[in-house]
Amino acid sequence: MKPLALSPARLRGVEVFFWLALASSFFLLPDKLTLMSQIVIFGLFAVSLDMALGYAGILTVGHAAFFGAGAYAAGLLAKHGWSEPFSGLLFALLLCVALGYVLSYLVVRGADLTRLMITIGVCMLLAELANRLSSITGGTDGLQGVVIAPVLGLFEFDLYGKTAFAYAYGVVLVVFLGVRLVLRSPFGLTLRGIHDSRKRMLAIGSPVEARLRLAYALSAGVAGIAGALLAQTTQFVGIESIGFNRSAEVLIILVLGGTGRLYGGMIGAIVYMLVHDWFADLNPQYWMFWLGIFLIAAVMLGRGGIMGALSRLVKTGRAS
Amino acid sequence: MGIVIFDGVAYGMLLFLIGVGLSITMGLMNFVNLAHGTFAMVGGYAASVLMNHFGVGFFPSLAAAFIAAALVGAVLEFCFYRRLYRAHPLDQVLLSIGIVFVSVAVFTYFFGPTMQAFQLPPLLDGRVSLLGLEVGRYRLFLILCGVAVLAALLGVLGKTRYGAMVRAAVDNQRVAGGTGIHVQRLFFLTFSLGCGLAGLGGALSLGMLGLEPSFPLKYLVYFLIVVCVGGAGTITGPFVAALLVGIVDVAGKYYLPEAGAFLIYVVMIIMLLARPNGIIPRKGLA
Repeated sequence: MKPLALSPARLRGVEVFFWLALASSFFLLPDKLTLMSQIVIFGLFAVSLDMALGYAGILTVGHAAFFGAGAYAAGLLAKHGWSEPFSGLLFALLLCVALGYVLSYLVVRGADLTRLMITIGVCMLLAELANRLSSITGGTDGLQGVVIAPVLGLFEFDLYGKTAFAYAYGVVLVVFLGVRLVLRSPFGLTLRGIHDSRKRMLAIGSPVEARLRLAYALSAGVAGIAGALLAQTTQFVGIESIGFNRSAEVLIILVLGGTGRLYGGMIGAIVYMLVHDWFADLNPQYWMFWLGIFLIAAVMLGRGGIMGALSRLVKTGRAS
Repeated sequence: MGIVIFDGVAYGMLLFLIGVGLSITMGLMNFVNLAHGTFAMVGGYAASVLMNHFGVGFFPSLAAAFIAAALVGAVLEFCFYRRLYRAHPLDQVLLSIGIVFVSVAVFTYFFGPTMQAFQLPPLLDGRVSLLGLEVGRYRLFLILCGVAVLAALLGVLGKTRYGAMVRAAVDNQRVAGGTGIHVQRLFFLTFSLGCGLAGLGGALSLGMLGLEPSFPLKYLVYFLIVVCVGGAGTITGPFVAALLVGIVDVAGKYYLPEAGAFLIYVVMIIMLLARPNGIIPRKGLA
């Protein structure tokens, strides 16, 4: 079959169409808005994981550490009186970038196995911390009593999730465009180079470790924003937003969509959350079973996910 | 104090039994296998079913646990693992998480989400006085098992022809293959052996950790810590690390119950910072 050719201008059109289609769900699916805001939030989370895993090639199975840290940061800030949403996001972003940058010193050095262990270890550590400090975080009951002030002082968070969706969509779009810009900058190209051949990048004088550290910190910050968005739109932080299962879930979302591709995380989140919603009444154990089968199949039948399959059908203008 | 160390050592032996197979497979094949707990669970359930439903004794059940886990390991190696030895670690992680998820779901479906009932055999029930300490017989048995397995593994790897081949393949796979060692078959055998040991550990953990379908996820980190802190590809490294983890964990739960599992992660991160390649790194890495 002849691949469909897409010029760069057309490609931009497809991107615009994608975001318009997401936005149109505000009018088309008014009773599914809570789900839609979760989809864009998890999409952003998957994109943040993609920055570290797909672009920089840092094997991490503990990204929920930052998602949870952002969620708790925003939630606690709002609970203790500061309820303006945008500054809450900024707070979560700064906190997670700082956390990510400190941790990057542990993560970037060492072999894949050590990286994997440190990321899992830190994630479990934070989960345990959230569980133990139940007087602050609410422990297994989750953080309750989070009240968020109206967005821009005008739009109050309503029961139908209209404001929540518009707010989440807007923030995700802005952050996504930021990530897109970063990944297409020389910095992003350096990351691709490191991912493909670390030795050659070292040989041409690229400061590999510093670049990886920065990428990891940025990715942590974006994950923190995603977590903070979830905390603000649901006005609740559950203990499950931090921990191994959430990390595995976002990994599955990313693999489903396709790693190392800008839209892989977003597409993966849309498909995963819709399927999950579809089978919501299914016993969670069976859900786990099919997830496991999907993972095994994805590995055995070749990686690339949905975006990988699409890229075989559609040729973009730039020669690859 | 003494009893805390004793219990910690017993716990560490259990971790060693389960983790040593993981250390060999990670060192030998560079395979990041997060599904190792699954094999321990297979062994544990095999032993539990045999004891509770068929009235088989404790010791024959241990042997059955070893065989069951080794068989499951062999089948999975043949179907999945062997295709991914040269793949990216991400693929290996995904595959093994998939296997963990499927196994958790399947065991919940067949055995229910509750913990398996377990009755200690009369021989291992009760306490015995040792050097002025009243210690549980079961724990003493665990320690003896751990030491026996350690001695057997050191003997097999250090003295036999098979062990020499494994060591050669760990050091340099290509050269080992060049000298006529059938590396693929070696991998297959070693993987099955590691899984069998995990199964044995799983069966022994019935009396100490308890067995439920979420076992592979719950203790995943502990096995990985043992291997990572000890140094993948060695036998003594995981042994030392397992003892360390066991003692720290038990002492932490005993003296600092508020800290809980917290302490163990801190110790792991510090150890990995101090020695990124493990306490006893394998040759050529240090």
